[in-house]
Amino acid sequence: MRFLRPTLKLAALLLSSVLSFPVLAAGSVDVYGELENPALQARYEHITEDLRCLVCQNESIADSNVELAADLRRQVREMLIAGKSDDAIFKFMTDRYGEFVRFNPPLTPKTWLIWGAPFIMVAVGAVIIIRVARQRARLPLDDEPASET
Amino acid sequence: MWKFVIPVAAFVALAVLFAVGLNPHRDIHALPSPLIGKAAPKFDLTDVMDPSRRVDTAALKGQVYVLNVWGTWCVACREEHDELLAIAQQHVVPLIGLDYMDQRDKARQWLTQLGNPYQSVGFDTDGRTAIDWGVYGAPETFLVDGQGRVIFKFISPMTAEVWQNEFVPRIAAARRSGA
Repeated sequence: MRFLRPTLKLAALLLSSVLSFPVLAAGSVDVYGELENPALQARYEHITEDLRCLVCQNESIADSNVELAADLRRQVREMLIAGKSDDAIFKFMTDRYGEFVRFNPPLTPKTWLIWGAPFIMVAVGAVIIIRVARQRARLPLDDEPASET
Repeated sequence: MWKFVIPVAAFVALAVLFAVGLNPHRDIHALPSPLIGKAAPKFDLTDVMDPSRRVDTAALKGQVYVLNVWGTWCVACREEHDELLAIAQQHVVPLIGLDYMDQRDKARQWLTQLGNPYQSVGFDTDGRTAIDWGVYGAPETFLVDGQGRVIFKFISPMTAEVWQNEFVPRIAAARRSGA
C-alpha cells in the first residue's frame, strides 16, 4: 500500500477491518458448533440474533461472549432440538426476562409507541414543512422590479 | 400564542425526559421483572455446603422467604455480604442463597471465611435455575410470599436502607394478608 495516498490508505484500512469483523465475530462464540439440520441452524441463528444479551444490553446473545449468553444459546438450541416452535422459544424468554429481551418486540398495545414513533416523527416533520412552505408562499416577492406595476 | 406555547411545551417535555433519564439514582441496567406477581419458579438443587442435602422450593411453601442470587466471582456480592449477615441476625425471614456460575469449593470457602447468612444455598451448576428466575447478573434479591409468588425483586447490592424501606414493609404486608 506504499503507493496509496494517505486518505486512500485509511479508507482501505477501514474497509478491510469492516470486512474482516463479521468473520472474527462469527468465529468467536459458539462452542457447540452448528446444528446438523440446516433448517434448525437457520432458525437458531435467527432466534439468537433477536434475543438481547441482558448483561451487555446492546449485543444479541448470538454475538456475546458472556456466560449468560452462552447459557441462553444452549437453551435455544435444546428447545429447537426438542421440536419447540420459534414462538414457544420467544415466549420462554419473555416470560423470564420481559419484552426487553427481544430486539424486535411484537406489535402490542404496550409497544405501539416504539413502532409508531418513526411514523409520528415523519408526520410531524411533514406538517412543519408544509406550514413553513405555505407561509413563505404568502410572502411578497421582494426582488420583483417595482417599475413593472 | 402558539409561538409561546410550543417552545415552552417542548422545553417542559425535554426537562421531564432528562430528569427521568439522567437521574443518577436510576440504574439503567435494572429491568422490571416479569415474574412479579407470578408463581416463583421451582427448583430442587443440592446444597453448596453439603451436597447430600437438597434445597427445594417445595419445602419453603407457606412461608415468606428471600432468595439472594450470588457468586464468588461477583464483586458486588462481596460488597453486600456484611449487610446480608446483619439481616440474617435479625431473624425476620429465612434467607435462601442461589450460588450462580460458581465452583463449590470456592463458594464453601467464601461462606466459611466471611460467615454464612443463608439458611441454605442452592448450587446452580449449569445456570438453568437462574434462567428460570430471569437472573442476568448478581447480586439479585427476590422476595417470595407465603403463596409462593414473587412479590419483589431488587437488583444491586443490598443495603440497610433498601432492606428497611423495600423489604421489611413488604414482608410485614405479606404476613398480614395471611399469605
